[in-house]
Amino acid sequence: MSKSYVVIVETKEGKLRQVSLEALHAANLLREDGDHLSAVLLGHQLDDAAAELARYIEGQLLVIDHAELHTYQPELAFEAVIQALNALPDEPKLILLGHTAIGRDLAPQLAARLACGQVSDVTAIHKDGNRITFTRPLYAGKAFEQTILTDGTGVVTLRPNNLAPAAPAAAAGTIVPLEFTPPSTLQTILKDVVRKVSGKVDLTEAKIVVSGGRGVKSAVGFKVLEELADCLGGAVGASRGACDAGYCDYALQIGQTGKVVTPEIYIACGISGAIQHLAGMSQSRIIIAINKDPEAPIFKVADYGIVGDLFEVVPLLTEQFKEVFAERTS
Amino acid sequence: MQHVVVILKQTFDTEEKIVITDGKVSEDGVKFVINPYDEYAVEEALRLKEAHGVSVTVVSAGPDRAAEALRTALAMGADEAVRIATEAIHTDEYGISRLLAAFLQTQSYDLILGGNFSVDNGAGQVAVRLAKLLDLPHVSSITELTVNGEQATVVRDAEGDAETLEVKLPALLTAQQGLNEPRYPSLPGIMKAKKKPFRELSLTDLGLNEDEITPKTQRLGISLPPARQAGKLISGTPGEQVEELVRLLRSEAKVI
Repeated sequence: MSKSYVVIVETKEGKLRQVSLEALHAANLLREDGDHLSAVLLGHQLDDAAAELARYIEGQLLVIDHAELHTYQPELAFEAVIQALNALPDEPKLILLGHTAIGRDLAPQLAARLACGQVSDVTAIHKDGNRITFTRPLYAGKAFEQTILTDGTGVVTLRPNNLAPAAPAAAAGTIVPLEFTPPSTLQTILKDVVRKVSGKVDLTEAKIVVSGGRGVKSAVGFKVLEELADCLGGAVGASRGACDAGYCDYALQIGQTGKVVTPEIYIACGISGAIQHLAGMSQSRIIIAINKDPEAPIFKVADYGIVGDLFEVVPLLTEQFKEVFAERTS
Repeated sequence: MQHVVVILKQTFDTEEKIVITDGKVSEDGVKFVINPYDEYAVEEALRLKEAHGVSVTVVSAGPDRAAEALRTALAMGADEAVRIATEAIHTDEYGISRLLAAFLQTQSYDLILGGNFSVDNGAGQVAVRLAKLLDLPHVSSITELTVNGEQATVVRDAEGDAETLEVKLPALLTAQQGLNEPRYPSLPGIMKAKKKPFRELSLTDLGLNEDEITPKTQRLGISLPPARQAGKLISGTPGEQVEELVRLLRSEAKVI
C-alpha cells in the first residue's frame, strides 16, 4: 500500500527556510516508489517561495496563501494545515516539520488532533526495511536516544543543520492553491510584532555562531562579537551568565536552558564552559575558545583555544577574516 | 479570575552530568529540581495570586520523587498540589497529556500555565497537546503576561521577535525565560507547605485505563555522545594567535 509523507514548509522573510529543505530531504530518504510526497506551504504572498519550492519536490505542493497567515498564529496555522491535510487523497504516514518556533508549536497540535505519536528535535534518521529509527537528544545533547513510532505513523520535527538539504528534483512539482476559510471566531488575536532579529541569521540555523559569556562584561561588549558574526555571516549567541547579567536578550541563550546549536564553527568568547552551556553547543563541528583563564573548562572541549583577552583577540580575528575573504574575492 | 493550574515536571538539575547504567540514565545521587521553565510558570501563577487573589494548584504526572518538586511549589506559595502517580505506568507525551487532560476535566480553571519545554526530554509536546485535548487556545513561549478580566495579553518570543497577542480565557500559556525571576521558598513557606492539601491520583482515580495511554513511541536505546578531546592551545602574541588560528581553520579543519 502506498503511503503519504507530508512536509510542512516554512518561509522566513519570503524565502524558504533551510530546515524545510532538510525535512524534504528526509521525506525523500524515507519514502519508497509509489509513496506520495506532498508539501504544505502557508503564508501570504507566496508566489516566489512556491515557485522555488516546486523545484525541490517531486509531488504536489499545497499552497495556502491568505492575508491572515502573514505571521504565524497557532490557531490559524493549525486550522490551515488541517484543511490542507483534508485535501490530501490519503491519511499521512509521517508529517515532517522543522524544530523551529513554528514547528515546535504546530507539531504537538497536530499530534494531539491526530491522536498520534511525535518525535521531536530529531538529529538523525535510520531506515531499516520498514522500521524508521529516529535519533534525538536528551538533556539537550548530554545523551541521545533512538526511538521509533510504534505504529509507524506520527509527527516528526527535525533539528536544523543536522540533515542534508534536498537537492532540486528531476521534475518540478505541481502547485495546488487551496482556499482557506479562517475560523469565524478566534480565541487569540495577534496585536503587534516587534521584529528584533529581522535580516539576521537565525541562531539555530547559523553555520557559524559567535557566543559571549560573562567575560564580555557588558551589553556594549557584545558589539565586537556582532562585528565578527556579521563578517562571517553568522549569528551571535550567549551563555546563561551573560543573559542573567542583562548583557543580552534571553533569546540568544545557548545551553540546556535556552537553545541548542550545532553549527560548523562555534566561537566561545569569555565563556567559562559550565555543564549546562556545554550541553547546548558541544555537538558543533569545530569549537574555538577565547578566554583569559587557561583553566576554563571550555578549553577541554575546544578544538582550538586562545588564552587571551577577547577584546584584543576578537577584533583582530575579524580583521584577519576580512583579509582572507578579500583575497578570495580579488 | 479565580483558579490557576500549573503543570510541572521534576527534572535533573542542569548542572548534572549524565551517566548511563544498564541502558538507563542513572539517578544515583542526582539533584532534582522543578524544570526551570515550569518554575517560571509557578512564579507567574503566584504573582497572579498576589495581584488577583486567585488560588493556585500545581499538578505533576510523575514518579514518587516528583512529590518533592510539588512540595517546593507549595513552599513557594501554591495552595494545593496533585501528583498523578506514574511509577506503575509506561507511557510517553501522548499518554502524559491525556493523564493531565483527565485531571483538568474535573477542575474549573481560568488559566493553565506550564513551561516551554522540559530540560530532560526536551520534546516540548505535553503542554500544547493538553491545550488541544481540552480545546483551549494556547500561546507558547511567553515572556510577558497581563490578565484583564476575561482575557490575557501576552508577549510571545518567536525566535527573538516579540509578538503581542490577546487570548481569551480560559487558555493555556507556556513560559519562556525572561518571564520573571522565580522566588526561593521561604522558611515560613516551607513550614506552611506541610499543612497544604496534597493529593495523589491513580489511573483509576482519573477514570482511565492503560489502553487509553498506551505510548505511541518506543525508546530502543540510549547512548552518550562521543566525548570531545581538548585540541590545540595556540600560543604567541594576540596577532600571532589569530593568524595561526585562521591558518588552522583553512588548512587543518578546512571550515573556511
